[in-house]
Amino acid sequence: MKYVDEYRDSALAGQVAAEIARLSGDRPLKFMEVCGGHTHTIYKYGIEDLLPRTIDMVHGPGCPVCVLPMGRIDDAISMARTDGVIFTTFGDMMRVPGSKGSLLDARADGADVRFVYSPLDALKIASQNPDRQVVFFAIGFETTAPSTAITLLRARAEGVKNFSIFCNHINVIPALQALLVSPDLHLDGFVGPGHVSMVIGIRPYEFIARDHHKPVVISGFEPLDMIQSIQMLVKQISKGRAEVENQYVRVVRPEGNVKALAVMAETMMLRPIFEWRGLGTIAESALKLRPEFADWDAELRFAVPGIRVADPKACQCGEVLKGAIKPWECQVFGTACTPETPIGTCMVSSEGACAAYFNYGRFSMATERATLPMSDLRPAAR
Amino acid sequence: MSKPIQESGQHHDMAEVIEKIERVRQARRHKFYLRDEHITLSHGSGGKATHNLIEGVFAPAFSNPLLEPLDDAATFTPDVLSPRLAFTTDSYVVNPLFFPGGDIGKLAVHGTINDLAMAAAKPLYLSAGFILEEGFPIADLRRIVTSMAAAAADAGVSIVAGDTKVVQRGKADGVFINTTGIGIVRARWPMGQAQLQPGDRVLLSGPIGDHGIAVMLAREALDMETTIESDTAPLHTLVAALLDAAEDGLHCLKDPTRGGVATTLNEMALGSQVAIALDEPAIPVRPEVRGACEMLGLDPLTIANEGKALAVVAPEAAHAALAAMRAHPLGQEAAIIGTVQIGPAGTVFMRTDIGGTRVLDMLVGDPLPRIC
Repeated sequence: MKYVDEYRDSALAGQVAAEIARLSGDRPLKFMEVCGGHTHTIYKYGIEDLLPRTIDMVHGPGCPVCVLPMGRIDDAISMARTDGVIFTTFGDMMRVPGSKGSLLDARADGADVRFVYSPLDALKIASQNPDRQVVFFAIGFETTAPSTAITLLRARAEGVKNFSIFCNHINVIPALQALLVSPDLHLDGFVGPGHVSMVIGIRPYEFIARDHHKPVVISGFEPLDMIQSIQMLVKQISKGRAEVENQYVRVVRPEGNVKALAVMAETMMLRPIFEWRGLGTIAESALKLRPEFADWDAELRFAVPGIRVADPKACQCGEVLKGAIKPWECQVFGTACTPETPIGTCMVSSEGACAAYFNYGRFSMATERATLPMSDLRPAAR
Repeated sequence: MSKPIQESGQHHDMAEVIEKIERVRQARRHKFYLRDEHITLSHGSGGKATHNLIEGVFAPAFSNPLLEPLDDAATFTPDVLSPRLAFTTDSYVVNPLFFPGGDIGKLAVHGTINDLAMAAAKPLYLSAGFILEEGFPIADLRRIVTSMAAAAADAGVSIVAGDTKVVQRGKADGVFINTTGIGIVRARWPMGQAQLQPGDRVLLSGPIGDHGIAVMLAREALDMETTIESDTAPLHTLVAALLDAAEDGLHCLKDPTRGGVATTLNEMALGSQVAIALDEPAIPVRPEVRGACEMLGLDPLTIANEGKALAVVAPEAAHAALAAMRAHPLGQEAAIIGTVQIGPAGTVFMRTDIGGTRVLDMLVGDPLPRIC
């Protein structure tokens, strides 16, 4: 496939990995990939197999499904169970457990919960069902916020009154700031999120290099993007540099997407405080609708419980999200908590570190136990 | 050779971690605790939840030697003089009813023919049961039934029994169809998902994911300009060609329908307590299907197919089997995609496009698109 195959070239991946090994030598290095999409790429393509053993990848808080606290899920389920409501959400959110089940359970129980690919689809459902209230569960970092913003503007322009948004958009920079001041975090650099940076640009990360002396490389999501980004981090460290670099130049512009930022600013404003699963409350880390859009604000339209629910005691999602422990060090990982019976969000979302590790990474040893006699396999035509 | 891990003051050895997970997995495999209290859509997705429902509810209740292998069809010999027969049933609840490349009727005929074909049987007779929703247009029903009749005629099978029920408006989604089929088994040797041997080759008859993506794009009315059509097709003549070429080297046949290639291969690995090693670059996927999967955050390996077969063949018969598949119109893009290994038992893993490795698990829940 044009524009994809070149980012999955195994010979090139091997060359870049060898360069990483040469540059890093014996020095152990620990990098955090902030974005859940990167965690997914690492495990889906078995990238850790290619890296030298001295390089340790730590998974960060960049999966929006994983960092949403349980209380917000309960609020969503409460709206979904309201008579006459059609509750719409991205597919990922369907299985995330609240304190009393997931949206999928609510649907099995009779609630009208539907998954959509875009908030505009939710708006379309509202136009087609004028006698019902349609709520869109908006979640995600700056990546998905612009499409929520555009949907709001269209709802206003078209005068769709039976549509509202339960806004849970969050910002990546305050989360990184919170992580960087954490005393138990010892990182050598960051693989910066590609999709978020497409919107916000690369300048907001400059404080990490300037104030914390850690290199940041904004990365794409193909396996070779990841490996090259790690190489760029290692190269900076080997030269004693700490800068923000952009590996994902084919998508990310230094100034970001000015139009996307403008529609976000027009429709949304910072919340004074927002709770993150595992990271606690972080000031000015999330977005809510501006008062001009109160008519489309689900939090104003529906009476939601809005209570804080503590995570299950056994679940260590918080530690995983901060990169303080690896998924398998959680006491319920793989036993009580599996993708079929998730306790924590990290096991639900396909971008969650625990799900990625459980689904893809369990047997990195398997290849050593059973060598692959692949020589007689014929590559398929692509 | 395992990677030592020094984290948060504790010393972990990757080998220990993996052994722990593997122990848990093995223990869970033999005890099916169906923890769910309600049926959710995941139980019908063909993935892990379906597997658990079958193992946790149906298999123990209906337990008998014919059902036990949980193959696509049961095979049995009514009396000593009779040929071995294959018997299977399946229900079809696809939405939308009409989609690029097919419709629910065509699917209901092909699906049951294929379940018989996967038992190496020549399909003979089908029954067709309809559950119709009050208000369903007769014109649509006629279109579906005409399509079924044509599909059956093309495949040389007859629909010889039927049933019709009508339920109140809102109690069904237009029309549900159940088809049951019976056929004569052509293979004389034991075949099925318990018969995989280390060293066997895994063959796939063509590119994957077409059906699932075609239906998903039609259902969600996504504005994606693609030409993806369902691959729905009867596979019994392809299987006949395979049987002639591989003879008793053919150890297992399965069609990767709901749950896709990943789930089907996991069922085989579990059934035979072997490992299956796949080579990602060898697995055929159409560029447009890959593109749609990339955009939607889905894995083509877990997407449904309705006209593809997976065949596990002894190594000495593999190339003859591949040649036979490629000579058949439905297998022109067939490929050898992997090999059967001794262990770790019950697992499927894959060498990825870039030379890493990863485990390929069954589909969990429905294939839901990722957020970003």
